[in-house]
Amino acid sequence: MLKNRFWQSAVLAAAVAGSSMVMAADTIKVGVLHSLSGTMAISETTLKDTMLMLIEEQNKKGGLLGKQLEAVVVDPASNWPLFAEKARELIEKDEVAAIFGCWTSVSRKSILPVVEELDSVVFYPVQYEGEESSKNVFYTGAAPNQQAIPAVDYLMEELGVERWVLAGTDYVYPRTTNKILEAYLQDSGVAADDIMINYTPFGHSDWQSIVSDIKKFGAEGKKTAVVSTINGDANVPFYKELGSQGISSADIPVVAFSVGEEELSGMDTGPLVGHLAAWNYFMSVESDANDEFIENWHAFIGDEDRVTNDPMEAHYIGFNMWVKAVEKAGTTAAPAVQDAIIGVSVPNLTGGLSSMMPNHHISKPVLIGEIQDDGQFEVVSSTSGLVVGDAWSDFLPGSKDLIADWRAPLSCGNYNVTTGKCSGQNF
Amino acid sequence: MLYLRLKKGLYLGMGCLLMLLASLTQAGEAEFIAHEQALIKAKFEQKEQIMAAWYAADTQQAVELMEMMLASQLYYHKKEKRLYKVIDASKGAVADRLSDGESVTITKKRDFKRVSINNYLRTLFRQYIAKAGLTAAEPEQRIAAAEAMVGNTDPDLMATVAGLRAQETNADVQSAFDLVLAVANLQSADASQQQAAIETLGDSLQPAALNALKQFLASNPESDLAPIASKAVDSINGKIDFYNGVETLYFGLSLGSVLVLAGIGLAITFGVMGVINMAHGELIMIGAYTTYVIQLLMPNHIGWSLLVAVPAAFVVSGLVGILLERGVIRFLYGRPLETLLATFGISLILQQAVRSIFSPLNRSVETPSWMSGLIEINPLLSLTQSRMYIIAFCLLIFFLLLAIMKRTRLGLQVRAVSQNRNMARAMGVRSEWVDALTFGLGSGVAGIAGVALSQLTNVGPNMGQAYIIDSFMVVVFGGVGNLWGTLVAGLSLGVANKLLEPWAGAVLAKILVLIFIILFIQKRPRGLFPQRGRAAED
Repeated sequence: MLKNRFWQSAVLAAAVAGSSMVMAADTIKVGVLHSLSGTMAISETTLKDTMLMLIEEQNKKGGLLGKQLEAVVVDPASNWPLFAEKARELIEKDEVAAIFGCWTSVSRKSILPVVEELDSVVFYPVQYEGEESSKNVFYTGAAPNQQAIPAVDYLMEELGVERWVLAGTDYVYPRTTNKILEAYLQDSGVAADDIMINYTPFGHSDWQSIVSDIKKFGAEGKKTAVVSTINGDANVPFYKELGSQGISSADIPVVAFSVGEEELSGMDTGPLVGHLAAWNYFMSVESDANDEFIENWHAFIGDEDRVTNDPMEAHYIGFNMWVKAVEKAGTTAAPAVQDAIIGVSVPNLTGGLSSMMPNHHISKPVLIGEIQDDGQFEVVSSTSGLVVGDAWSDFLPGSKDLIADWRAPLSCGNYNVTTGKCSGQNF
Repeated sequence: MLYLRLKKGLYLGMGCLLMLLASLTQAGEAEFIAHEQALIKAKFEQKEQIMAAWYAADTQQAVELMEMMLASQLYYHKKEKRLYKVIDASKGAVADRLSDGESVTITKKRDFKRVSINNYLRTLFRQYIAKAGLTAAEPEQRIAAAEAMVGNTDPDLMATVAGLRAQETNADVQSAFDLVLAVANLQSADASQQQAAIETLGDSLQPAALNALKQFLASNPESDLAPIASKAVDSINGKIDFYNGVETLYFGLSLGSVLVLAGIGLAITFGVMGVINMAHGELIMIGAYTTYVIQLLMPNHIGWSLLVAVPAAFVVSGLVGILLERGVIRFLYGRPLETLLATFGISLILQQAVRSIFSPLNRSVETPSWMSGLIEINPLLSLTQSRMYIIAFCLLIFFLLLAIMKRTRLGLQVRAVSQNRNMARAMGVRSEWVDALTFGLGSGVAGIAGVALSQLTNVGPNMGQAYIIDSFMVVVFGGVGNLWGTLVAGLSLGVANKLLEPWAGAVLAKILVLIFIILFIQKRPRGLFPQRGRAAED
C-alpha cells in the first residue's frame, strides 16, 4: 500500500515535471531590444509594436516548427551600455533564438561584442553608414548605396542639381555617409567649391544662421540641393526655419535620409511639400502586400491614423527571413540559422522579393518620394531593379578593397581582395 | 448647351470656375477634354509636354490649372476620369467638376486622386505662371514675373520686356524690368549698352545681379569694362557684408530671446527662491503640450489658439509647479543636493508621463498664418516674422514679470522672504504661501515659454532636456537673483553664439560659449549683475 502510494506520487511528480518541460519547450523566444523610454523611444517604440504584431501573426499561422513564438521585450532606455547588458540578459537568461533590435549605430556597436561572444543572431532594421559586416548581425536597413547614392543620382539627373549642401548631425552615420557622398560627388565632377558640409549638435534647435547660409549658398546661380542626414528631433526646427525664411522645395529641395512618415506625423507638413526623402519603402506604395500590412497594423494598434515606415518594413522582411531560415534549417540554433538564411528570399512590401546576401545585407528597391501635405510621400522615382546592400563602400579609400562573404570557405566579413587576407577582426 | 451649363455654373455661384468656363468654346470644349484625359493618364515626364501644349492653346486656362496643381487642389475621379477642383479632400466636402462646373459631394475619399506633380514640374509651372503674369494687373505679379525671367536672353522676349518697361508706371516694377534687361544686355556686343548694364547691376541688391557681374568678369577678364565691373562687384560685396552683419545681429537677438524666455522662469524659482529645479525644462514642455491640446480643442481657429494657449499654459504649468512645491520641494528647503536629485527624478517622471499619455512621438503644433512669413527689407535682408514675434513676446513677458516683482504686493513679499525669511514672518508675511505662489509664478512663466517654443521647435517628451542646461547657464551668467541680469545674459549669449557660428561651426560655437562662461564664473562667481547687500552674503 505504502509502496503503491510512493509510485503514484512518483508518477504524478514525473507527469508534472514532464508537462512543465513540455511547456518550456513549447515556445521559441524572440528577443525585442528597442528603447521604450529615453530619447530614442520616439522611434523605437513603434518597432517594438511591429515585432509584437509580426509574432502574433506568425502564431496565428501555427507558429514555427510546431511551436508558438514568445516575445521577450526588454527596455534598454536609450542607454548604450545598457543595450549590451540587456542583450546579454536576453541571450543568456532568456535564451532567445534571435534578437530584433537597436536603432542608433552606437547601440548596435555596443551589443556587437556580446552577440559575437555568445554567437547569437541579431536583426538590425535601420538605415546606417555601412563599413561593417558581422557574422551575427543581419542588416535589413539600407546601406549608403541603397539610399544616399541613388538619391544624389536622382537630384543630379532629374533636377539638374549642381551645388550641394551636406548637412548632418555630428555623429558617425552622417560623418561616414557625407564622406562617401563627397567622394562620390567629386568623382562625378562636382567642384569642391560647390559642396558645403555642415554639422550640428544633437537636438540643434536654432537653425537661423545655417539656413541663411544655405540660402546664400543657393543664390549663386546654380541649382542647389540639401542632402540632409540630420537626425531625429532636430529636423522639425530645421524645416520650420526653411519655411519661415521662405525657402520652398522648388528653390532648394532637401532630400532627407532620416525623415519618414512617422517623423512627419509630428510636423506641420504644409511648408514641407515637395521636399524629398529616400527610402526603400513608403506607406503610399501601392501593392497588395502593403495594403495587407497596413490593415493588420491598424487592427493591431487599434488606431487608423498610425502610419507605417521603412524600418517597420525592414523588420517585416527580417522577421520573415528568419522564419524561413529556421524552417529551412529545422532548428533555431544560431549557427544553423546563420548558414541557412543566406540566399533566402521573402516578399517585401513594395511588391518584389528581397534576398539575404552573403554579406548579411539585403537587396531592395530604392524609392525617392516627395512630401505631400497629408504627411505621406508621393513616389517620384524608383530604381529599375533591386539594389544589393554594399557593406564596404566603394568610395572610401580604406574600404574599397574589402568585401564581405559569410559563406564557406571564405567566411569573412572584411576580406581584402588585393592582399587576399581576412583582417581577422570580428567586424 | 454650353450656355445652359454656364448659367448653371453661375447659379451655383462658382466664380473661380467661371473664368475657366468662359474660355471654353465648342471647339475648346473638345480640346479641354482631350487635354484633360491626357493629363489624367500622364506620368510625370509627359505632364510637362501636355501642359506646354495646353499653355500654347489656352494660356489662361492652363495657368489656372497649374495654380490648382501647385496648391494641390486638382484631383480626378478614378472611375469617371474627370478633373475636379477639390479644396478639402475629405468625406462630405464639395468637389467641382471642371468640364461643366457641376458640384458633387465626396462620398468616398478614395474615389478621388490628386493630380500629382514633382519638384521639376513645380518650378516649370511657376515659370509659366510668371510669364503669363508679365502683363498682370497687380504690380506684385509683374515683379514676380520679371524676377522669374532674370537670366533669360531670348531676344524676342527681351523686346517684349523692353516694350513693357517703356509703358510701365510703377517704380518697383520698372526696376525689376531694368534688372532683367541689364542682365540680358551684359551679353550684348555693344560696349555702351554693356556699360549701362553694369551700372544698373551695380546698384541692384538682387543676387542675380552679382552673379551676372561675376560671370561677366570671369568670361571677359581683358575687357575695358572689367575695372568698372569689378568695382561694381566690390560695392555689392560691401553691402552684402553690412547686411550680413545686421542679419547675424537679428539672429543673435532672436536666439537670445529664446534663451531668456526659457531661463526667465528659472530666474524666479532658482534665482529668487534658490531652488535648483531640474524639472524646469519639463514645465516648459507642459506649456508646449498645453498649446497642442488647445489646438486640438479648437481646430478651426488656429490663429486664436495661441492667444488662448498663453494663459492656459500659465495656469497648467503654474498649478503643476505649486503642486511640486507643496508636495516635494518644501520639505527640502536648505538642502540643495536633495532638491536637485528629487527634481531630477520628477523631471523623469513627467517625461515618461507625457510618453504614456500622448505617445512617445512628437506632436505637431501648427504655426498660425499671422506668425509665418517674411518681412523683406531688401533682397539681401529679410527678417522672419515668427522670430520677431518671439522677441517682442520675450520683452513683454520680461517687463510684465519685472513689474510684478517691483510693483505688486506679491513681489514685495517675495523679495522680503528671500532676503530675510524670519524677519518677513515677524512682519506678518505668510512665508509658506509666498513660497508656493512664487514657485507657481516661475513655473507658469516656464509654461508660457513652452507656448513660444512650440512655434520654433518640436513638441515632444524630450524638449525640456534641450533647454534645462541653457536656462541654468543664462541665470548663473546673469547673476542669480537678478531679472535684468537674465535678460542681458540671454541676449548677449545669443549674439555671441551667432557671431561665433559662421566661422567656428555650430558645434564649436556652443563649446566656446560654454568655456567662456566657465572662465567668467571663475573670475566673477556672482555673475554679471551680482546681488549686493547683506542678504547676498549668507
